[in-house]
Amino acid sequence: MIKLDSKIPQGPLADKWNNYKSSLRLVSPANKKKLDIIVVGSGLSGASSASTLGELGYNVKVFCFQDSPRRAHSVAAQGGINAAKNYKNDGDSVYRLFYDMIKGGDFRAREANVYRAAEVSNLVIDQFAAMGVPFARDYGGALETRSFGGVQVSRTFYAKGQTGQQCLLGTYSSLSRQIAKGTVKMYSRRDMLDLVMIDGKARGIITRNLLTGEIERHSAHAVVLATGGYGTVFYLSTLALGSNSSAAWAAHKKGALFANPSFIQIHPTSIPVLNDYQSKLTLMSESLRNDGRVWVPKKKADKRPPNEIPEDERDYYLERRYPAFGNLVPRDVASRAAKERCDAGYGVGDTGLSVYLDFKDAINKQGEKTIEDKYGNLFEMYLKITGINPYKEPMRIYPAGHYTMGGLWVDYNLMTTIPGLYSVGESNFSDHGANRLGASSLMQCSGDGYFILPYTIGDYLADEIRTPRFSTDTPEFEKAEKEVKDRISKVMAVNGTKSATSFHKRLGKILWDHCGMVRSEEGLKKGIAMLNDLEDEFWKEIKVPGTADEYNQELEKALRVADFFEVGRLMCQDALDRKESCGAHFREEFQTEQGEAQRNDAGYAHVSAYEYAGNQQTPVLHKEPLVFENVELKERSYK
Amino acid sequence: MNFKLKIWRQKNGATKGKFEDYPLNDVSPEMSFLQMLDYLNEQLIAKGEETVHFEHDCREGICGSCGLYINGRPHGPLRNTTTCELHMREFEDGSTIVIEPWRSKAFPIIKDLVVDRSSFEEVMLAGGFVNINTGTAQDANTIPINKKISDRAFDAAVCIGCGACVAACKNSSAMLFVSAKVSQYAMLPQGKVEAAERVERMVEKMDEMGFGYCSNTYACEYDCPKGISVEFIAQMNREFFSSKVCSPKK
Repeated sequence: MIKLDSKIPQGPLADKWNNYKSSLRLVSPANKKKLDIIVVGSGLSGASSASTLGELGYNVKVFCFQDSPRRAHSVAAQGGINAAKNYKNDGDSVYRLFYDMIKGGDFRAREANVYRAAEVSNLVIDQFAAMGVPFARDYGGALETRSFGGVQVSRTFYAKGQTGQQCLLGTYSSLSRQIAKGTVKMYSRRDMLDLVMIDGKARGIITRNLLTGEIERHSAHAVVLATGGYGTVFYLSTLALGSNSSAAWAAHKKGALFANPSFIQIHPTSIPVLNDYQSKLTLMSESLRNDGRVWVPKKKADKRPPNEIPEDERDYYLERRYPAFGNLVPRDVASRAAKERCDAGYGVGDTGLSVYLDFKDAINKQGEKTIEDKYGNLFEMYLKITGINPYKEPMRIYPAGHYTMGGLWVDYNLMTTIPGLYSVGESNFSDHGANRLGASSLMQCSGDGYFILPYTIGDYLADEIRTPRFSTDTPEFEKAEKEVKDRISKVMAVNGTKSATSFHKRLGKILWDHCGMVRSEEGLKKGIAMLNDLEDEFWKEIKVPGTADEYNQELEKALRVADFFEVGRLMCQDALDRKESCGAHFREEFQTEQGEAQRNDAGYAHVSAYEYAGNQQTPVLHKEPLVFENVELKERSYK
Repeated sequence: MNFKLKIWRQKNGATKGKFEDYPLNDVSPEMSFLQMLDYLNEQLIAKGEETVHFEHDCREGICGSCGLYINGRPHGPLRNTTTCELHMREFEDGSTIVIEPWRSKAFPIIKDLVVDRSSFEEVMLAGGFVNINTGTAQDANTIPINKKISDRAFDAAVCIGCGACVAACKNSSAMLFVSAKVSQYAMLPQGKVEAAERVERMVEKMDEMGFGYCSNTYACEYDCPKGISVEFIAQMNREFFSSKVCSPKK
């Protein structure tokens, strides 16, 4: 029987981490050399974990599916990275950052974890600056910041609209340094297909070499999953096409609980779906809402070009509904407001499924040059994709699947319910509650990897110094490898007529319609039934050309899609169980008269963590109560 | 729109490749180039044939995975545009489109349009970093950096490591790629400390990996999807020269 113990340290919030850090057990340098750690994923959280663990003296093995760690999807984060530096002297503090995140997450995150994330944010900025990350600077040479949604201070550090790229390349450089030194060994072009457990502990992984198809075994004293989110479950999302949930799902099947799976952020400002062949949605950074104003025509189905619609016939609905935060309301609020207007018939574009994001006023006030300095690359990207020049005509935007707040359940040490298995960055559930504030994912990923995991993992490994490095020639590895091979054979053997992508598209549509921005009991139940049918069809109709023992991109896709059926079902299951609206999770049945989310703190102030019970079986729900000692639970108002 | 595609097919590095013709009809001008290839692959799967392999991931021009040699140009006809950002509206209806992998000895072919760019990794391992351990940084505002210099370092740092510069160069030179990293760090106070050693190590590794020399045709700058300037090559040459003649360690 799994018992959830969050292991939150005692003591005042502001002292917890410092005191706890000092009490964690250490591993001596001589012993560190004898310990192996596997890190799966080479994005911001994986690369920062691996490089820091390598510096400390552990033997680290890093796995990624791309050809190089520099391509991990952290690279695509645009707007910025938060820190409570208070360089702008605008009253910011660690507590305020903590409070904004707790409130932004609609009071569904753990206080202690969030406070710690805010606390280490300052170290992260120092670290990046020291590594030569070229953040924006002012004329005096100091670091520049900007505002982001859901907050009233300016704490977001940035590098034009490419902050993720610059931060990732920073962590990539620190990873490269350790690879060169020999403390880290890099295995690229590998998919992790299973987790290997020995005596109840995570002891290794099974991977597929994507170029040769070879199934490989790797052992270690601890395994760290830094595998990102599962947003590609929607097929159309802002994520990279290779992003997937298979590694985390393999761990889930082996006993790692999956927490708050239904908490998925739908980002309000993506370029809308333009055609049926679309393979991904491109984000337009939230930072654009600093200067862009969101509007729709006041008249229904107004087909006039935007520049011909006079000022008094425009409805700046965010400014109208939320005067205090205006265009800078959090993402979930902005997304739902856009959907509400479009559903009511005010949407623009051919499909009526988009709204305007207009820079006319900002350009008039600040000049085109200033706007270009701030957002040049985003404007260019928009022009390339749509053929429309946003300096002359407003952008059209619509919400898109983006970030998963849910993920593997972890305790304060970032350890999952499997001893020795850790989860960092987006792949865990811990810091963002039911909605993530902008510019806090880069912050969390690098905080986890550089300044949290390297401490907490030592406490676990202190007990492992007597465990000798072990061979992969054990019955446990044998069994896991066989299961992986059987699954691959099963997919190959179907030999149907439909591609993995065609199933993925249909799966995504089911989830977008039934477990997207607005959910209902009826819709979710229907969604689950449709997923079951589609999964059955998949195992009868999937076609994977080629063979399994070669480079086969269709096989990679098919294996990932096969897992997405289960992930999607768990999302629906969780959304069904959570009979309240909070953050990104909006149940039609639970809303205020003004159409805002209605939380139920008495019934649902908990983390829902699910235990795997077999495919198409109802998972076992475990609840971790959320205790709020430092903040008062309030209605989350941005009016 | 209808096209005649001429695509390089090669089963693996050990076998010989050749061009195959694929007529493709009913292409929407709104499709991106990679969506057009997805569309072709869907048709191949329906016929039970093996799909055309190509690398891609973010599909928004930032990860650097994609890179196809299209009608004789890396990333196709548009400047400052990656393959994934290119759209079919840029091509003439009814035309033939020739699609090849990067052509360079330092990037061996893996399959179809996928090449091995690990030679870039090796160059980065030789010195593409600042030697600093986690936790040793001082407050980020302790060292002010002139805005112009910082912006200039950013212009170099935007490299996505796609390899178009090498593919564009008749000598398969990697000078633009290497110089972008060398220059970024050489300009910033944090990277200056080791600038001399860095440039020597990275240049040495670059030569070792089989990249050619630069003969100043500027093809790399022209075809770089991120618009990285050849001025950084000049800067790298300067760094390299000064490391040889006036570095205090000599």
